[in-house]
Amino acid sequence: MDVFLAAGILMGLGAIGSGIGIGILGGKYLEGVARQPELLPILRTQMFIALGLVDAIPITGVGIALYLIFAVAG
Amino acid sequence: MAGESHTAEEYIKHHLQNLKFGQIEGEWKFAHDAQEAAQMGFWSLHVDTLFWSVTLGALFCLIFFLAARQATTGVPGPWQNFIEMIVEFIDTTVNDVMEGAQNAVAAPLALTIFVWVLLMNLMDLVPVDWIPMLAMLAGIEFMKVVPTADPNATLGMSFSVFLLTLYYSIRVKGAVGFGRELVAHPLPHWTLYPVNLVLETVTLLAKPLSLGLRLFGNMYAGELIFILIAAIPLWYIQWTMSLPWAIFHIIIILLQAFVFMVLTLVYMKQAMTVEDDH
Repeated sequence: MDVFLAAGILMGLGAIGSGIGIGILGGKYLEGVARQPELLPILRTQMFIALGLVDAIPITGVGIALYLIFAVAG
Repeated sequence: MAGESHTAEEYIKHHLQNLKFGQIEGEWKFAHDAQEAAQMGFWSLHVDTLFWSVTLGALFCLIFFLAARQATTGVPGPWQNFIEMIVEFIDTTVNDVMEGAQNAVAAPLALTIFVWVLLMNLMDLVPVDWIPMLAMLAGIEFMKVVPTADPNATLGMSFSVFLLTLYYSIRVKGAVGFGRELVAHPLPHWTLYPVNLVLETVTLLAKPLSLGLRLFGNMYAGELIFILIAAIPLWYIQWTMSLPWAIFHIIIILLQAFVFMVLTLVYMKQAMTVEDDH
C-alpha cells in the first residue's frame, strides 16, 4: 500500500512541476514570437532544448513510479 | 510470452536485467539470475549494452562512409540527400552554439553523438520481445537491446564529454586560468575563495551527471512503459496503448538525442570561452 502511495505522490508532484514549467516555457515562447516573428527559428530550437530539460525529470519520475507499482509492489 | 508460466512481475524483471559477464567466486561467467548479477559487483561487463552500442556505432560509420564514397556533385540520390540533411543540420547547430569558439573537434563530435545516440534510442521502437526472444532461442538468457537505457552507457558518454571539456579548459585557459575560474568566479573576493571552490566544483560535477542521467532516465522510462504494456495479459488490446506511446516516444527519442548533443556543445563552448571578471 505504501508503495502505491509513494508512486502516486511521485507521479503527481512531477506532473505539477513539469506542468508549471512547460506552461511558463510555452507562454514565454509565444510572447517572444509575437514580439519578434523573425526570431521564430532560433526561438523554436531554444524552446525545444529547454523542453528537453524540463521534460526529463517528470518522465523519469513516471518510469520509476510505474516500476514501483508493477515490479516492486507486484 | 507473459501468459505462460511467467507472472507479470517476473516478466518485467527479466526484461530489465542486463546480460552481465563477471566474476563469481573466482570464475568468469555470465550471470544466470538477478542474485548472481548483484554478486558480481562493480568489475563486470554488460555484454548486451556493449554489443548493441558497438554494432550501432559501426552501422553509423558504415552508412556515412558509403554515402561519402558515393557522393556526387551532380544530381544527388535520395540517400545522399538524407545524409546531407543531417550533416547540414549539425553544421548549423554547431555554428549557432559555438559562435566565437571555433574548434575542429566540435562538429564531428556533435555528428557522432547525435547519430549514435539517435540510433541507440531507436532500438526502443523495436517491439520489446523480438530480440530477447531470438536471443532466448540462441541460448542467451537476458538481452536489453536499448544501450541508452543502461546508465553505464550514458554515463560513460557523459564522462567522456566531461574529460574533453576539462582538456579544452586547460588547453585554452591554461591550468592557472582554469584554476582561477574555479576559485574566483561567482564571488570575486579572496576571503570567499573556499566558498567559490565548493560552488564551482558542484556545478562542474553536476554537468556530466545530469547529462548522462537525463538520457538514461528518459530511455529507461520509455522502455519500461513498453514492457508494462507488453505485460498486459490481453495481447489483442496492447496495440491501443503501445501505438500511441510509440508515436509519442519518437519525439522523445529525437529530442533527447538533440539535447545531449546541444548540451555537449554548450559545455565545450563554456570550456573554451574565458569568463569576464564581474
